[in-house]
Amino acid sequence: MNIVVCVKYVPDAQAERTFNASDNTTDRENVDGLLSELDEYAVEEALKIVEAGEGEVTVLTVGPDQAADAIKKALQMGADKGVHVSDPAIHGSDALATSLVLAEAIKKLGAESPVDLVVTGMASTDGTMGVVPTMLAERLGLPAVTFASELSVEGGAGGTATIRRDGDASTQTVTASLPALVSVTDQINEPRYPSFKGIMAAKKKPVESWALADLGLEASQVGLEAAWTKVESFDARPPRTQGEIVTDEGDGGTRLAEFLSARKFV
Amino acid sequence: MAEVLVLVDHVEGKVRKTTSELLTIARRLGEPSAVFVGAGFETAKETLARFGAEKVYRVESPEVLEHLVVPQAELLAQLVAKVTPAAVLVPASPEGKEIAARLAVKTESGLITDAVDVQAGEGGGVATTQSVFAGSYTVSATVTKGTPIVAVKPNSAAPQEVAGAAADEILDFTASEAAKGAQIIESKPKAATGRPELTEAAIVVSGGRGTGGDFSKVEDFADSLGAAVGASRAAVDAGWYPHTSQVGQTGKQVSPQLYVACGISGAIQHRAGMQTSKTIVAVNKDNEAPIFELVDFGVVGDLFTVLPQATEAIKAAKD
Ligand SMILES: Cc1cc2nc3c(=O)[nH]c(=O)nc-3n(C[C@H](O)[C@H](O)[C@H](O)COP(=O)(O)OP(=O)(O)OC[C@H]3O[C@@H](n4cnc5c(N)ncnc54)[C@H](O)[C@@H]3O)c2cc1C
Ligand SMILES: Nc1ncnc2c1ncn2[C@@H]1O[C@H](COP(=O)(O)O)[C@@H](O)[C@H]1O
Repeated sequence: MNIVVCVKYVPDAQAERTFNASDNTTDRENVDGLLSELDEYAVEEALKIVEAGEGEVTVLTVGPDQAADAIKKALQMGADKGVHVSDPAIHGSDALATSLVLAEAIKKLGAESPVDLVVTGMASTDGTMGVVPTMLAERLGLPAVTFASELSVEGGAGGTATIRRDGDASTQTVTASLPALVSVTDQINEPRYPSFKGIMAAKKKPVESWALADLGLEASQVGLEAAWTKVESFDARPPRTQGEIVTDEGDGGTRLAEFLSARKFV
Repeated sequence: MAEVLVLVDHVEGKVRKTTSELLTIARRLGEPSAVFVGAGFETAKETLARFGAEKVYRVESPEVLEHLVVPQAELLAQLVAKVTPAAVLVPASPEGKEIAARLAVKTESGLITDAVDVQAGEGGGVATTQSVFAGSYTVSATVTKGTPIVAVKPNSAAPQEVAGAAADEILDFTASEAAKGAQIIESKPKAATGRPELTEAAIVVSGGRGTGGDFSKVEDFADSLGAAVGASRAAVDAGWYPHTSQVGQTGKQVSPQLYVACGISGAIQHRAGMQTSKTIVAVNKDNEAPIFELVDFGVVGDLFTVLPQATEAIKAAKD
């Protein structure tokens, strides 16, 4: 079983996230970054599949130099090898261009040995669009079973992937034959922390660096200029000002009800 | 005037409020045409007409719903080619966004997700507003290529009633073999709670770890206000409330008129789902809980005494 996990390097949500004023793109250089927490679930799930059977986990990221940190973390968790696609031309890419680069990288990996399963997170913690996995599946012509809160892969490489998908109106069981793409939610597992052994072992694991030319892509197909959407402006939302805080001295509920009545919610 | 396609969100013909919002937005951009997939058109027709759908494109083949996402994207791509719409609007639900994502690749069109406002752009096109980075920034964006595809969040417009003809046209559609890759083999409907839908509700009352697993006081309080009930991830992970009720980064992003957080500390991931609410209220026994930084009104106290007292006072005020 040959599994590719797509992981993204994102600005830390706990830090002050902002934009580059020059081109309205997300600031990825001046804010500390890390492996998107939601992609840890994808790495964990891939590792579990391989540990229960056999196979290899490759982590793939598209991002600036610092994105190597995201690969490193995944290798420390236990992934076997990494691929880092980085090129100055990629800066400012939208989801459509990102999915194009990921798709070409997966095709290149597949030419070496066929990819049976692509695993992604449900959404990145910065853009939170949650559309790259579906776009990637569309580009690769793979069936996609998305937002998995449970996954079982049966029958090895030629087998099937079956998921549980929790929706508002219903809970669905959805199945697809491999090769397929699966996106996982944060309900699916409990990601492991890298062990000391894992941290040491990661240092020896291979990481390939690819540029656009290695994927047969042109600079004009990606980046800000090729984006099909344009951020015209961004504005910081004024911080909320703290209102009245009362300490319950036996009348807290009454005062709450009074506030709600005064604001016409009752 | 160019048509604007609106993908109808419904359960057996019962049209959800988001669809009437999308039809209202569509009217700003062109002439609204609804796209209806599944059973129950006769039920849906009245609502679609009332909110201004001039046309309704529909397919009757059940296969569209037996497979995840792709057949609906193929259907919309076929319609985009046929009517060259000014824009395509879908609900910003996980499924709506996936349909939009596939459609964007198929039609080589720009996609904007999670819009909270959509207006006609200068010289055609659309001008959208999004709320990003856990609600700390507002972004204005446009689509520069293809047919603008926008996934719109609930509560982004006040639905306006404008009579439309809702003339229906049955489409001849067969999903490709490739579209049948992901098959829905079982679908268990959720039991109805009788409360409003979380993302659509005007008032949301949420409970967290502070409930200790007993949501009854939160529910009683919510019911006194006619509110939807939400939960923090800690409460969901503990199995106290269903995952579909989770508010936050990996749950629902809500933007109601009033949000009441009960026994919730206010972690950044929780804030990401409620920070844009108009009025925020919290009940928490720790006066240093970060949620208090956001509130218009806060009570430092035990939710098990504060909420029942408030519930009684609200009920009394109503009588
Ligand atoms: C990748 C990722 C995604 C996440 N996504 C989400 C998400 O979508 N939504 C989400 O909510 N969280 C999310 N989280 C989790 C988040 O970080 C917090 O752990 C979670 O929100 C905490 O829930 P809580 O506030 O209920 O619990 P706690 O932080 O434990 O807070 C409980 C609060 O209840 C108060 N309390 C206790 N007893 C009482 C009482 N009797 N009366 C009144 N107050 C009382 C306490 O003072 C405390 O402030 C995510 C985390 C990660 C890593
Ligand atoms: N630049 C990237 N490199 C690798 N994987 C990515 C990248 N962007 C998005 N992904 C994958 O797609 C998922 C959804 O991202 P998004 O659509 O941006 O919310 C993430 O959880 C990742 O698995």
